[in-house]
Amino acid sequence: MSVLVYTESDKGTFKKIALEAASYAKAIADKMGTTVTAVTVNADDTSVLGNYGVDKVLKVNDSNLDAFNAKSYASVMQQAAEKEGAKVVVVSSSADSKYMAPVLAVNLNAGYASNVVEAPSNTSPFTVKRNVFTNKAFANTTIDTDVKLVGLSKNAFGVVENSASATEEAFSPSLPESTVNVESVDKVTGKVTIADAEIVVSGGRGLKGPENWGMIEDLADVLGAATACSKPVSDLGWRPHSEHVGQTGKPVASNLYIAVGISGAIQHLAGINASKVKVVINTDPEAPFFKAADYGIVGDAFEVVPKLIEELKTFKAQQ
Amino acid sequence: MKILVCISHVPDTTSKINFTDGDTKFDTNGVQFVINPNDEFGLTRAMWFKEKQGASVDVVNVGGAETEPTLRKALAIGADTATRVNTEAKDGMQVAKELAKVVQDGGYDLVIAGRESIDYNGGMVPGMLATLLDANFVNNCISLEVDGTSAKAVREIDGGKESVSTSLPLVIGGQKGLVEESDLRIPNMRGIMMARKKPLNVVEPTNASAETTSASFEKPAPKGDVKLVDADNVGELVNLLHNEAKVI
Ligand SMILES: Cc1cc2nc3c(=O)[nH]c(=O)nc-3n(C[C@H](O)[C@H](O)[C@H](O)COP(=O)(O)OP(=O)(O)OC[C@H]3O[C@@H](n4cnc5c(N)ncnc54)[C@H](O)[C@@H]3O)c2cc1C
Ligand SMILES: Nc1ncnc2c1ncn2[C@@H]1O[C@H](COP(=O)(O)O)[C@@H](O)[C@H]1O
Repeated sequence: MSVLVYTESDKGTFKKIALEAASYAKAIADKMGTTVTAVTVNADDTSVLGNYGVDKVLKVNDSNLDAFNAKSYASVMQQAAEKEGAKVVVVSSSADSKYMAPVLAVNLNAGYASNVVEAPSNTSPFTVKRNVFTNKAFANTTIDTDVKLVGLSKNAFGVVENSASATEEAFSPSLPESTVNVESVDKVTGKVTIADAEIVVSGGRGLKGPENWGMIEDLADVLGAATACSKPVSDLGWRPHSEHVGQTGKPVASNLYIAVGISGAIQHLAGINASKVKVVINTDPEAPFFKAADYGIVGDAFEVVPKLIEELKTFKAQQ
Repeated sequence: MKILVCISHVPDTTSKINFTDGDTKFDTNGVQFVINPNDEFGLTRAMWFKEKQGASVDVVNVGGAETEPTLRKALAIGADTATRVNTEAKDGMQVAKELAKVVQDGGYDLVIAGRESIDYNGGMVPGMLATLLDANFVNNCISLEVDGTSAKAVREIDGGKESVSTSLPLVIGGQKGLVEESDLRIPNMRGIMMARKKPLNVVEPTNASAETTSASFEKPAPKGDVKLVDADNVGELVNLLHNEAKVI
């Protein structure tokens, strides 16, 4: 009966979204008067999960699962859910989880609600609030099947500490034959990715050219942030496509989003609305971004950003 | 190769989102509907398969008669035939089940859908469809090549990309990258004229049931005014972000 949660790890270490998903599963388990079971795949030390409300860990270690495979991972989760008799399964909104979840939904005959932003308002009928229309609205959705699959939106619920200790059990599910095989992975290392970042610093066409991105990178460095850009910037080839955020690019759900020289077109905002705090730096006080932002500076990025970097360095030094 | 491109009919990206009937229904008043952007990339990629590899390309939508102009647009871009499954789209699973029937009846070996539709943002249909069909599935697909029955695809992952090899039958959740924006086909006069003569078949649904119900909608609470900081006092921004917003 326990609530099952998939806790993702990268090279053995849990991702923040995994701890958030665990915290969320705990909130549901409390409402339903049950416990939380986490599934880990090739993670090393699982003891940390207890701090986020996990009672039991099903620890899967199998080198065939080293590369992510939606079908195999969905099969692992299905077998875990069946073993635990889970009625609620929680996954995050990482690219991998979003790849796996619809497969798992079919396997489990589970209704699936994605981009969920809050703990269920009711567990019978099971009702959750989800982001729809690229963050321009919310839907209150009930999942009507016996088994429910919830995809949690990033940074929506937050990480909640819950001191408990998790018991660990080795779990060896059988794996389906893989028919989608990973040939190579090309991943930027040593850089914060937009998906993982707490803070994102983003530049627009107002920066005039790729040669001016040094200060954006410096600003990101002091903040430990990821860098991003508006669509024209990636279309012009000033920055890689992987940095393009917005409706047709990557979604950003960071704690802080700093937009430099970005006008704030509706398609740009659609992708970043889920960010908690937004800051805009723009020369034009009429730029639509000022309507969407929490804090703003009307000013020239080439003057403001270097100053901001200095102020932040001073601030960090005092911390 | 027989290709089916799934087309979701969505409000244009600049649409104002409002609800009616006590916040239970999307207000379509004054809203312009378009081909879901992710599906537009897929459709153009399909046209290249048609032109370079002699594939046939059909499009499909699960929805009411109001989606026909969107299907006609896909025909004008170059699809051979269109099918509309005559039922309201209720949730991802119901749509996937209806589409599965169309794929089986038509004997398609490649199904190109979008990574997500920008209306209900489910990101569900392609994965569910692939699983129902027991076909291979690649999500967030940014490149696809097919040779005979083997396929090579590139998938966007968090922080990079991954190349995979697989085979037909295959379903993809596609996005920008399959083709670039500048490659997108826009219907021309000749295409529009020809589209009028192409078949748009209306088929009755299997009446698959939905598994979720979106009973009501709400809009985010209106945001307070932006707090402006003077450009000569940048330190104040750091102070606010630390002490007030508590994000640094
Ligand atoms: C279907 C569709 C989908 C789209 N999807 C996306 C998307 O996903 N993401 C996206 O970003 N866009 C998207 N767009 C494009 C969007 O409409 C805008 O064109 C785009 O976001 C504008 O980018 P920008 O703000 O960088 O450039 P601009 O609109 O050119 O704005 C530049 C800004 O910089 C300011 N500026 C100039 N000089 C300075 C300076 N020295 N210091 C500070 N500020 C300065 C200007 O005042 C201006 O506000 C989409 C458009 C369409 C039609
Ligand atoms: N009603 C529909 N008819 C046809 N295809 C659809 C429909 N809804 C979704 N799709 C396809 O599935 C993709 C993902 O949609 P979704 O799961 O709704 O986010 C879309 O980009 C379409 O390719």
